[in-house]
Amino acid sequence: MNAVTPLPARANAARMGSAATVAKHLQTLDQHVIEIMSDSGEGAQKCGQSFGSIAARTGNGVWTVEIIPAEIQPPARSVAGASGNRIRIGSHQITNGGDEADIAVAFNEQVLLGRVNAGELKPGCIVLLENMWAEHDDAKIAGQYAETRDRLVAEGYRVYEVPMETECRALVPDPRKGKNMFVLGMLCNIYSLDMNLARDQIAFIFGKKDAKVISSNVALLEAGWQWAESNLDFKYRVPAVKATAPQVVINGNTAIALGVLASGMDICAMYPITPATSASHYLSDVFERAGGIVHQAEDEIAACAFAIGASYTGRVAVTITSGPGYSLKQEGLGLAVMAEIPLVVVNVQRGGPSTGQPTKVEQGDLLTVMFGSHGDAPKVVMAPGTIEDCFYSMITARRLAETFNMVVVVLSDASLATAQQPFPRPVFSTEWLAPPVDQNPVPDGAKPYDWDPVTGLSRRFVPGQPNGMHTLTGLAHDRNSRVAYDPEINEQGMRARSMKLATLQKTLTPPPVFGDREGELLVVGWGGTRGAIEEAVARLRGEGHRVSSTHLTFLQPMQPGIGEILRGFRQVITVEGNWADDPNDPLIDESNRRYSALAMLLRARYLVDVDCWTEVRGRPIKPGTVYAELRGRLAHLETSR
Amino acid sequence: MSAATLCLHHFAEESYALEDYQGGVPRWCKGCGDNAILAAMQRLCRDERLRPEKTVFVSGIGCSSRLPHYMRTYGFHGIHGRALPIAEGIKLARPDLHVFVNTGDGDCCSIGAAHWIHAIRYNMNMTVLLHDNHIYGLTKKQASPTSPIGTKSNTTPRGSYLDALSPLTVTLGVQNVSFVAQAVDWIPESLFQILTAAYRHRGFSFVRILQRCPEFVGNMFEPWVHDPQRMLMLTHADGIRVSPALQKIYRNQLPHDPADINRAREIASSEDPIPVGILYRNPQVPCYEDLRGAGKLRTAAQVHGALDAELDKFTVWPQ
Repeated sequence: MNAVTPLPARANAARMGSAATVAKHLQTLDQHVIEIMSDSGEGAQKCGQSFGSIAARTGNGVWTVEIIPAEIQPPARSVAGASGNRIRIGSHQITNGGDEADIAVAFNEQVLLGRVNAGELKPGCIVLLENMWAEHDDAKIAGQYAETRDRLVAEGYRVYEVPMETECRALVPDPRKGKNMFVLGMLCNIYSLDMNLARDQIAFIFGKKDAKVISSNVALLEAGWQWAESNLDFKYRVPAVKATAPQVVINGNTAIALGVLASGMDICAMYPITPATSASHYLSDVFERAGGIVHQAEDEIAACAFAIGASYTGRVAVTITSGPGYSLKQEGLGLAVMAEIPLVVVNVQRGGPSTGQPTKVEQGDLLTVMFGSHGDAPKVVMAPGTIEDCFYSMITARRLAETFNMVVVVLSDASLATAQQPFPRPVFSTEWLAPPVDQNPVPDGAKPYDWDPVTGLSRRFVPGQPNGMHTLTGLAHDRNSRVAYDPEINEQGMRARSMKLATLQKTLTPPPVFGDREGELLVVGWGGTRGAIEEAVARLRGEGHRVSSTHLTFLQPMQPGIGEILRGFRQVITVEGNWADDPNDPLIDESNRRYSALAMLLRARYLVDVDCWTEVRGRPIKPGTVYAELRGRLAHLETSR
Repeated sequence: MSAATLCLHHFAEESYALEDYQGGVPRWCKGCGDNAILAAMQRLCRDERLRPEKTVFVSGIGCSSRLPHYMRTYGFHGIHGRALPIAEGIKLARPDLHVFVNTGDGDCCSIGAAHWIHAIRYNMNMTVLLHDNHIYGLTKKQASPTSPIGTKSNTTPRGSYLDALSPLTVTLGVQNVSFVAQAVDWIPESLFQILTAAYRHRGFSFVRILQRCPEFVGNMFEPWVHDPQRMLMLTHADGIRVSPALQKIYRNQLPHDPADINRAREIASSEDPIPVGILYRNPQVPCYEDLRGAGKLRTAAQVHGALDAELDKFTVWPQ
């Protein structure tokens, strides 16, 4: 290997020498969080995803999260420009992105600073930092580097300066394009991963390219491994359990897109919006092979109307959006509710209100999707809690929409959208698919809205069916779909539309309880917070606390049995990613406190004094944060007995 | 006769009466031009032998948009401004259906203007009837984008402020435009001829119909109704031939080749005399539903194959 200029001695910095080996300290870990960040375009994301895939193949639990800058091309070396991945690996199933990072790899010190300032690194975290900036021609840059490095060392981070550029230049003409694979090699060494799996991964990701590209990337990978082997004084092993069944590793948006494909829907109408668009991108790429079409409409309203038109003719269509787009669709959704046209709507939530935080995590749209659109517009609302749920909820949503002639909203969020987690490979079933469009003649005397007096359900007639001709309308209408303003009929229609929710509710089972069914504290959550909540609860239970949690996948209608579950505990709290007033704020008291969305719903429905804890910091809620909050509450409950 | 021949024979014999297309009793005002449009549509359905169950009238909101209720076909009376994207969804999902859109000057040119522009670009095979009476009727007399400057209405009591928007020149200015015509409700024969040509054109057939609203702007078109010389009848071998009977009344005729878009734009700019006929037609513009391969049969095996091929890319197999 190349000689590296010895660096000035520093309390906490590794000495870089040309020695072939250093004394290694091998540590076995239960789980670890790694962050890799670079400027946009330097490939840290590819590195992180590959590392996650290799760990998954090894049999480790994995959760990867993208670190995405808000701009497409943020300035180089900027604090806000960090682009990369957070990877959490474990010796068991990993259900969330975890707490502060244990190791950070940075291609420059500025992108690293962004993460340090956001509090994303653990105190004493290992930092593997590209050192090319130290000798940079621009004295200002060299100065920034030295200043940051010294600050990190002073703050107790274990900084290792890594000559990535120098090492890679020996192998490729443009090290900027190759560093990511060098880093991947380093990480494979650090985590004792099988290099054959890493070579396979490179062959997979560069599979469409020249064999030379693959061999040069393998060379970079091996150089990274060798450098770490020779220069780093630590090494980890995260025990893995080999999977016995095939697993797929995909993110939430890909899972939604594949779910659309698997559900037998064939038209998706959308308009570009972050963070939902990647689902439509992926679907655009693969849908046509299965006979499906992604239509990019001129706006969100048109996308909704287009999907309604397509659904009207017999097969349920889907529209995929995020908060601002959802707001625009609401009049159309009211029409679908009123005319009883089935429709699936995906809302991948982001920060709000207004343009809010397009790339950030929030659960702010629950009440909007439940109560949005003017008048009484009952819709089914589901929220996947895992990546696997994202896939299957699309199949369920399509089927519910069709069975009940209703709008079904699937509420995902930015934390699920870009996070990857392995789950058992779905095995296709023809039952997932929609039945063929009914083109049989409608029997004489049948009515287009022949609402069943109990369930509110009616059979839908679609164009092409002889004898079924009628004009459906967003106006109040009678059983014959004729515009009707008389008081009786208006109430009948409202009742029928509402009864469909009750009918669905009767078919649902109570949500499972994570932990005992009785205790001091129950945590209720929904959507993408599931992994963090259950991890915190498991840890507290391990410490002997009487805490349990339950996670709701149906928000409307709510599953039966929830009231009984709530009443099994002394205190109930929701953990959510939306706004709630802090009762300790000077102006806040019980007469004006605004509760979080789910807490408000539970209080209203079950008359239980449900409290809430929320965070709207634009990032996934960490299990450690939930743990600390719950532990505080438990301490109070346990001493107040 | 074989079963197939019998089927063809039956199909050839299939015919409908006007009553087969008559739905509810129209509730438009006395003298409303929409009645003439409805009559022309029912006649068109009968003469073109459109199967009622395979025909869908889509509309937005406004007086015009009540029309589907008065047809005995499938109908979709939607929300204000959104008839076009709803119709597009219907057509993409079911290219086998005959799709008609009834929209007004408020519905199409104001609240739904964005969809109108893009619908022209998509060029899906449907017939769009713009019932243009230059006023909001259902909400009781407000100025619309096509109200001539100075129109007194409840929102412009001292006269409207802006020059009227021309639906014809706007439509002719959009890429992929494939059929533009103008008709008036008070010449039923020509209205029917133009709608028939529009229906037979494969693509987005846009027909602006000047339509009288005696209730709110009773005098709007009176000068033209009473002076046939102020009507400009477009004629061409590839367009519409004005019947001998009409020729006697409407002597102001202009030969116009519907393939000539530049001339079409000039003619469209004329408010007086009012041009009537086909301004532009281009059967070569591709339809979006064809470009997207709509209407193909889809099998479970296809879905299964596509899903498994994708899952393969992301699968970690047990070692």
